[in-house]
Amino acid sequence: MADLVTLTVDGKQIQAPAGTLLIDAAKRAGIEIPAFCYYEGYSLQAACRMCLVEVEKAPKLLAGCTLPVAEGMVVYTESPAVVAARKTTLEFLLTNHPLDCPVCDKGGECELQDMVFRYGAGESRFTEVKHHVDEKQWSPFVYFDAPRCILCYRCVRVCAEGMGVGALGVVNRGVISEIAPSHGDHLECDECGMCIDICPVGALTSGAYRYKTRPWEMNHVGTICTHCSNGCKTTLGVRNGEIIRANNRDRSGINGEFLCVKGRFGFDFNDNPERLTSPMMRVDGKLEPVSWSTALTAVATRFAEVKQRGGAFGVIGSNHTTNEENYYLQKFARQGLGANNIDHFRTGDVATLVDALSGSSGTLARFDDFYTAKAALVLGVDLAQQQPLLAFKLRENWRHHGLKLFAVTPGPVREDKYATAFTRVEAGQQLAALEPWRDQLKAAGELLIVYGASIKGKAVRDLVAFGASLGIPVKYVPLVDFSNSRGAIDMGLVPELLPGFKPSDQPGLTAPEMLAAANLDVLWIVGANPFERTQPAAQNAFIVVHDLFLTETAQRADVVFPASSAYEKNGTVTNVTGELQKLKAAAKTMGAKSDLEIVGLISKEMGIKTGIWTPDAVFDEIRKTVHGYNVPLPIIATGGAAQTAPVNGRVKVEANPALIQSAGDTLYTSGSLGRYSKALTSVLEYPGQLYHPARGTPVAEEAEASR
Amino acid sequence: MLYNEPSPLEVRVLTRRFGLPNSAHIDTYLGTDGYKAFAKALDMTQEQIIEEVKASGLRGRGGAGFPTGMKWGFVPRQSPKPKYIVVNADESEPGTCKDRLLIENDPHQLIEGVLIAALAVGATRGWIYIRGEYRYLIDIMDKALAEAYARGYLGQNILGRGFHFDLYTHTGAGAYECGEESALLESLEGKRGVPRIRPPFPAVSGAFQSPTILNNVETFCAVPPILLDGAAKFAAYGTPKNGGTRLFCLSGHVNKPGVYELPMGFNLLRMINEVGGGMRGGKKLKAVIPGGSSCPVLKAEECDLPMDFDSLMKAKSMLGSGGVVVMDETTDMVKAALRIMKFYAHESCGWCIPCREGTTWLKKLLSRLDEGRGTRADIDLVGDLSKNMLGRTFCPLGDAAAMPTISFVEKFRDEFEAKVARYAAAAGSAEPRLISLAQ
Repeated sequence: MADLVTLTVDGKQIQAPAGTLLIDAAKRAGIEIPAFCYYEGYSLQAACRMCLVEVEKAPKLLAGCTLPVAEGMVVYTESPAVVAARKTTLEFLLTNHPLDCPVCDKGGECELQDMVFRYGAGESRFTEVKHHVDEKQWSPFVYFDAPRCILCYRCVRVCAEGMGVGALGVVNRGVISEIAPSHGDHLECDECGMCIDICPVGALTSGAYRYKTRPWEMNHVGTICTHCSNGCKTTLGVRNGEIIRANNRDRSGINGEFLCVKGRFGFDFNDNPERLTSPMMRVDGKLEPVSWSTALTAVATRFAEVKQRGGAFGVIGSNHTTNEENYYLQKFARQGLGANNIDHFRTGDVATLVDALSGSSGTLARFDDFYTAKAALVLGVDLAQQQPLLAFKLRENWRHHGLKLFAVTPGPVREDKYATAFTRVEAGQQLAALEPWRDQLKAAGELLIVYGASIKGKAVRDLVAFGASLGIPVKYVPLVDFSNSRGAIDMGLVPELLPGFKPSDQPGLTAPEMLAAANLDVLWIVGANPFERTQPAAQNAFIVVHDLFLTETAQRADVVFPASSAYEKNGTVTNVTGELQKLKAAAKTMGAKSDLEIVGLISKEMGIKTGIWTPDAVFDEIRKTVHGYNVPLPIIATGGAAQTAPVNGRVKVEANPALIQSAGDTLYTSGSLGRYSKALTSVLEYPGQLYHPARGTPVAEEAEASR
Repeated sequence: MLYNEPSPLEVRVLTRRFGLPNSAHIDTYLGTDGYKAFAKALDMTQEQIIEEVKASGLRGRGGAGFPTGMKWGFVPRQSPKPKYIVVNADESEPGTCKDRLLIENDPHQLIEGVLIAALAVGATRGWIYIRGEYRYLIDIMDKALAEAYARGYLGQNILGRGFHFDLYTHTGAGAYECGEESALLESLEGKRGVPRIRPPFPAVSGAFQSPTILNNVETFCAVPPILLDGAAKFAAYGTPKNGGTRLFCLSGHVNKPGVYELPMGFNLLRMINEVGGGMRGGKKLKAVIPGGSSCPVLKAEECDLPMDFDSLMKAKSMLGSGGVVVMDETTDMVKAALRIMKFYAHESCGWCIPCREGTTWLKKLLSRLDEGRGTRADIDLVGDLSKNMLGRTFCPLGDAAAMPTISFVEKFRDEFEAKVARYAAAAGSAEPRLISLAQ
C-alpha cells in the first residue's frame, strides 16, 4: 500500500494513500464531490467539470476526479467559487436539455435532476432556441434521446471497458456531438442494458420499461436472477404485483451493477399470459383445470397406492428451484415415498472435483477470486455467452489489476482480446494444450481455473493433478448452467448422493435411466422439461408435473400443478461458486404455489410427516444437516452472499460423466424458461446482426439453423 | 511562393531562403548551409544540444510560449520506451498563416529541426501532423521527405553516423481542436480528436504512450539557425527571455498585410505603420488582436508596446501564435466578437460541458445582440457566461473563446449598448422585444 498522506478537505483533516484521487479520498471521508462523468472503476474523463474544487495555491479550480491527493493539500469543496462554478456548469448543461422531466422515465431518479435541485439555479437565463434531435431506437431495448444526453461518456465506457463490446461511440463535434452506435443506426451488442442503467439522465431508456411507470410508484425488491448460475442480484421494480423493471442500481450483491440481458430484461416470463394459474388433470384424455384439492387428492391417492404396492417412483427435480425445495423434495421422496430414483439434469461435474481436491493443495474458488486472482485459466467455455458475470469480473480484474488470462476454447472468445495467451482446442485436448504455458502459469504465483462441462470425470482429476504439479495455489470453479444447479447437487438431488455429498445406501436410477425405464409407476417432474428431447418409455406411468407453463413435459402429464417462479418465492439458491443467497418474493401469480408448498401439501395429504414446509424452517434443517450450509444468517438476511463449503473429503461415489451435459444456452437463451420471455425472444428475432463472438455468426441465424 | 513583398525592417533568420529560386528543393537548401546545423549536432552530446536551445531563449511558437529547451529536457531519455517527435503543423488559429509559408518555402529547414530534436532525445521516428485543409503542403512536404531520404538525411544510418530516423506526414481532418497538443496526439493515433487528461504531459507520455517532443513548425524551424549561428546570436535578435525572431502574420486593415519575420519585442505600432504600411485608406486604428483570435483584443491606445510574450502578458493579452489582426475605426466590434465566437462554437470538440454549451450559447446571444434583438442584460450575460467558461474547461479552447469575448465586452461595451439602443429606438420602445423563434 502506498504511503498515507494527510490533506485538509473543507477544514477536515483526512488521510489517504498517496495517489488516491481527491474525489475518492473525499468520499471515504464523507465529503461528496458531485460529478457526472466520474465513475468508479472506469477510465477518467474530466469532461463534466462538476467536480471542480478549489485547491490552495492552485491558480484555478481543479477537477477532483483527476487530482491525486498530496501531502498538505488544502481543498475546499463548498467555497463560493466552487459553488458558483457548479451552478454555472449546470446552467450550461440545461441550455440544450429539453427539461421534459414530467414525461421522462428517469424523472425521480435522475442524477441531473438531483444535482440541479441541490446546486442549480432556480431559473434559467437561457432564452435562445434549443438544439433538438429526434429520438432514435437502436435495438429492441435501447432508445436514445440525444437532447437529454449530457455527454458524460459513461455508456461508451461501460460498453467498451466493462463489457468489452464497444458498441457505442461519439459522432459529430461541439454542441451537436452525439452518442451513436458503432454500426450505423443500430447496436450490435450483448443487449445487456448496462448503458441504460449507467446513464445518469434519461438519454438512454429501456424499451422494456419506458413510459410504464414512475420510479416511486414501484416497490423495489432485491432478489436473485433465476437464469444462469452466476447468481446476480437483481432489483425488481414491482407495481401492483407486476414486475416492470429489473436493474441493480444500488450495486448490492456480488454483481455490483452488472446484469446481462437475462437479468435485466428476461423477467417478463413471469407475466406471460401462458402462465398456469390452476392445477390441471387429465379427464377423458384431455387436461382440464381442476381445483387444488381435487388435484392434490388425486396425486396423494395415486402416490399412496403405488407406495403401498411397492411400485417404482421416478423423481426429476430442477436446476431452478430453491435449496429448500430441493432438500424437501428429496427428503419426502426418499423418506416419505421410499423412492431412490431421484435426479436432475446435471450441468457440471462438481462431485468429481470435490473428491479430487480432497487431500490436494487446490481448493474451490470463491466469487471474489475472479476479481483478485493474479492469473486465470479459462477452459472450454465462452464465458461472455454462458457465464456473463464471470466474464465481466475477469475483465474488471484485468483492467484494475492486470490479470493474466489464458484461454483454451474450441472457438474464438471475447477473452482472446486481452488474454496473455489463447489457443483453439476441441474438448478432450485441453490439458495437453496447457503444457507450453506451464512456466508462465507458475510464474503468476496463483491461478484460478474455470472450466466448462466438457471437462468431467477423469479429465477433472487430470486437471487437478496438473494444477497440483504447478506448485502454486490453484483454485477451481466447475461451471454449471442454471441459477441453482450447484444447490441441486449439494441438496442431494442425485441418486448416488444424499445432501452434503453423503453416499446413498440405495442409489436409484438416474434421470436418463428413469426416462428409459418402462416399468415406472410414477414419474414426478418438478420444474424440468425432459420430454422436450426424450419421451418417457413408461407408457403407463402416472406423470405429475410442476411447472410455470404447459411445456412439452406438462402436456403429457396426468396432473399439472401451477408453480410459482423464482421471483414469487422466498428461499435460498447457491450460485456457481457456492455462494448462498436469498430469494425474495417480489410478485404473485394468482393460483400458483411454490414447489415447496406443493410437495408439502402432497405430503400432508398422504399423512406423511416431512416437516413444516416454510422456507425458513426447511433452511434451518439444511443448516443443521448439510455440510457447509451452516452459514452466518445475518449475511444472507441482509441480502449478502454467504460462502458454502461442500464436503471436505472424499466423495465415495463415482458418477457417470456421461450424465453431465451443459444445456449450451447462449446469452439470449435460458432453457425452456427463455422461450416464455418476450424480451429474450425479441432479441433473438431482432433482424440486426447481434454480437456473437464465439462463432462470428448472428445469433438469430444460428437459432434459425438449429430449429 | 511568397504572398507579400518583404519589408526592409525584417530580420530574416527562419525566412532567409524565402524568395530563392526553387527554395523548397534540397539542392537549394544544401547550397545555403542546409543540414550543416544537423551535422554540427551529430558531434554534440544530447545535453549540449538541449543547453544550446535553452540558451537561445527560444519559446514555443504555437501560442503558449513555453521555453523549448526546457520542454526537451523533460523527456526521460533513459526510458526504455521509444521516443517520438511530432510537429504541430495543424495551424488553425484564425489570423495565423506562418507555418504554411515555412513548409511551402523551406521544408528542409523543418526536417533539419526535427532531426536535431531527435538527436537531442534519442528519437527514431516522427510525424508532421498537417491540417487537412493544407492539402497542397502535404505534397510539398512529402516531396521534401523523399529528397531527404534519397540524400541520406532520413532513414537508416544517416550520414553514416549510425543514427536512424524516420519521418512521416500525417493529415488532420479539419478540426481546430487537433492543434491542441494532446488532441493532436489522439488524432495521430487514429482516435477521435479530443484532448487528454494532463499530466502526464507529452514529454513523458505522448504519442503511443511514449515520451514525445511536440512543437510547432516555427519552433522546429528556429533550431537549425540556433545551432548553426550559435544560441547567443539567436537570443540577441530578441529581448531577454524572448529570444530570436518571430513570424508575425499581419492582417486586417493595413496597407501591406503579410507575413513578416521581425525580432521579438518589435513595437506593435511600428509594425502596423512601418512594416504594414500604415492603416488602409488613412483610417484611424481602433483595435488589434495581437496573437490570433484567442487573444484578448487591445484598444488603439494600448498598442504602443513591444511584441513579446512578457509585455503582452502585462497588457493582459497574449503573443499567441503571431496572428496580428488590425481593425480600423469602421469595424463593428459586436460583429467581430460574433465572428470569433462562431468560430469557437463550430470548433468546440464537445468533450466538456462549459465549452460545448457555453460557446453555442454565446454564439446565439451575440447573434441576437448583433441583429438588434438584445437587451442591456444580454450584454452583461455575454461577459458573465464567458467568465463562467474561463478556466473551467477541460482544455484551453474554452479559454480561447472566453478571453477575447470578455475583452470585447469590457473594452467596447459602448458599441454593444449603442446597438441595443439603436434598435430599441427604431422599434419605438426601450423594452426588450420578444425573441423570434426563426433562426
